[in-house]
Amino acid sequence: MRTTIKKQMVTKMLVGVGVIALLTSCVNDQSDKKYDDAIDIPVNQEMIAELTAPPMVPTPVGKRMAKKLIVDLEIQEREGEMTSGVKYVYWTFGGTVPGSFIRTRVGDEIEFHLKNHPDNKLPHNIDLHSVNGPGGGAESSFVAPGHEKVFSFKVLNPGLYVYHCATAPVGMHIANGMYGLILVEPEGGLPPVDKEYYIMQGDFYTEGKYGERGLQAFDMQKAIDENADYVVFNGHVGAMTGDNAITAEVGETVRLFVGNGGPNLVSSFHVIGEIFDKVYVEGGDLVNENVQTTLIPAGGAAIVEFKVEVPGTFILVDHSIFRAFNKGALGMLKVQGEENEKVFAGEIYDGIYLPEGSVIQSMPTSGGAKKPKEEIKALSFEEKMKFGKDKYMATCVACHQANGQGIPGAFPPLANADYLNDDVTRAIDIVLHGKSGEITVNGKKYNSVMTAQALSDEDVANVLTYVYNSWDNNKTNVTPEMVKAVRNR
Amino acid sequence: MKFLSTALLLVFSLFYEVNAQNNNMALVEGGVYLPLYGTEDKLVKVDPFLMDIHPVTNEEFVKFVKENPRWKKSNVKRLFADKSYLNSWTSDTTFTGIKNAPVNNVSWFAAKNYCECQGKRLPTIDEWEYAAMANKDVPDARRIKSYNQYILNWYETPKTFNKPVGSTFKNYYGIYDLHGLVWEWTEDFNSVLISGESRKDVDKDANLFCGSAAIGASDLMNYAAFMRFAFRGSMKARYSSQNLGFRCVSDLKN
Repeated sequence: MRTTIKKQMVTKMLVGVGVIALLTSCVNDQSDKKYDDAIDIPVNQEMIAELTAPPMVPTPVGKRMAKKLIVDLEIQEREGEMTSGVKYVYWTFGGTVPGSFIRTRVGDEIEFHLKNHPDNKLPHNIDLHSVNGPGGGAESSFVAPGHEKVFSFKVLNPGLYVYHCATAPVGMHIANGMYGLILVEPEGGLPPVDKEYYIMQGDFYTEGKYGERGLQAFDMQKAIDENADYVVFNGHVGAMTGDNAITAEVGETVRLFVGNGGPNLVSSFHVIGEIFDKVYVEGGDLVNENVQTTLIPAGGAAIVEFKVEVPGTFILVDHSIFRAFNKGALGMLKVQGEENEKVFAGEIYDGIYLPEGSVIQSMPTSGGAKKPKEEIKALSFEEKMKFGKDKYMATCVACHQANGQGIPGAFPPLANADYLNDDVTRAIDIVLHGKSGEITVNGKKYNSVMTAQALSDEDVANVLTYVYNSWDNNKTNVTPEMVKAVRNR
Repeated sequence: MKFLSTALLLVFSLFYEVNAQNNNMALVEGGVYLPLYGTEDKLVKVDPFLMDIHPVTNEEFVKFVKENPRWKKSNVKRLFADKSYLNSWTSDTTFTGIKNAPVNNVSWFAAKNYCECQGKRLPTIDEWEYAAMANKDVPDARRIKSYNQYILNWYETPKTFNKPVGSTFKNYYGIYDLHGLVWEWTEDFNSVLISGESRKDVDKDANLFCGSAAIGASDLMNYAAFMRFAFRGSMKARYSSQNLGFRCVSDLKN
């Protein structure tokens, strides 16, 4: 089955190459001509722009001539999931956050059709940073619900640009997800690479705090205070982890088009375990090499490229690191292929080292004057499992992994784990108060730190019940009373 | 004596309620207020007026269309209503949705004529904004956080148009649904210039009715108002929208 698909793809590609070859063979002599001013680049033929949802990007422009490019983008206000159990009403360009990726080349004349779906409540517009003109097109594209606006512009400057909605209140439209990227390739296209992906960071402000269940409204006050509840890649927590991870093979060069929609926070974009061979700084012409972390301003972008030398899971983060592990700014690149011990040999020694005075850090508790909204309590075992799973996916999965398998040598497994099953009181205590120092789980030694978790009794009971009733564990049902007893010891 | 006055008051208020319900209008006492695009020295005076307590419903509008065939969807002049006029209606006189939900997809011309046929008129922006500052308890709730959050939440909630009128809160004046079901036409909806380039609109040069007040608009109340003004600015008189209805007002007769 797989081979047939591959075969088909190969044939399609061959046909594609043939078509391109044909096209190039009969193109006019313009290809040799250089233009000092991009304004003078003539366009021939019309083409409907290919638009893609993240993390995919459209086909590279290659050697094609400048064209009249028709972009057809629909604005949709729709409900989506921020993280498991948390709903949010997103405002979108093309139905996704970030909006559809637009790929153009210098000299293209873009005829932009902006459509505001009749179900929408609000007027919208679009400001493309790649436009030379007032408002970046915002004024010409202001469109009422149930209407369509058409405007056009010529792209003159190569680079990677943000587009966004600029209707009052601008901050709110952006905070709800109205941003995306438009790429303007230089003549002849960017140098070919093996894999290309589209990633955009954004911060979100909800009435309830991170992970609070139900439909969460936008919180204007938090947005003004720049106090984000979620900082995510591609619109929601987990958009690029687990099954949604982006992939590559060992030896391939990966190019990421990384944007930052904001509205408020700048991103310290970093891939754990990789060094960017090339960064097109701020999406422009300047190329920096051998970069660990690149700063991406709100309303800005960067192109990063790196060759993956060894297999494994590489974590993409905003290295303002609490955003990654506590607010969702975490993605994954899974690389398959042969190990290369010359590049990375893995663990070669594990000894004992006991310094004095290591202390467990604790998370802030919600013991302030402000009483939080009463939480939704699980009424049945099924609900307990569901809530527990949501909490696990929001809080524990980064270390203990989706199926409780942990990470060998770093984070102990929870799946069929003797250390867990032997003592439920100890497990509750670790969740509440954290743990450091050496422990032995299923015959393997681990020596790392787990921080104390700021979870309610209800949350702890749910998440532990989920863990105990998954992955061949002993099916203990942990109650809030048990948690309370340990907390009050 | 005290008993008597209480009884009197009771009877009076009962009479008033009944009276108000008969013509389905409520009195909005006039006053001065500071509009979104105003500055401290530009307080606007609003004279007392009567306002429909509900938006005009599907049922009421069908009756109007039957009496005034030129407003039938098949007859209407394109100059006065674009293609989306009564878009969801399956025939000239059959609406979809529930009968006492606010009518939507009507143009400004149609709304204006509806009110005129009732001996009423569309409210001005100032009248509408003035009446809509009220929550349940006070005439100007714009500085109350929960009130603004309620409005912003509504703006974010899709598809609220097909709910019966009167299903949101009754405000200080006894008026329902100013926030929560549909946007509403106003007589002079396009008099405040929103160019579509909202960042330019905060420029001091554009000093029509706008002012520097908008620059520091971090108050939640301004955000809610911004969205209404942006919506109005995006419309033309022949446009119609699924989330846009209307209600009428009339002057006090002396």
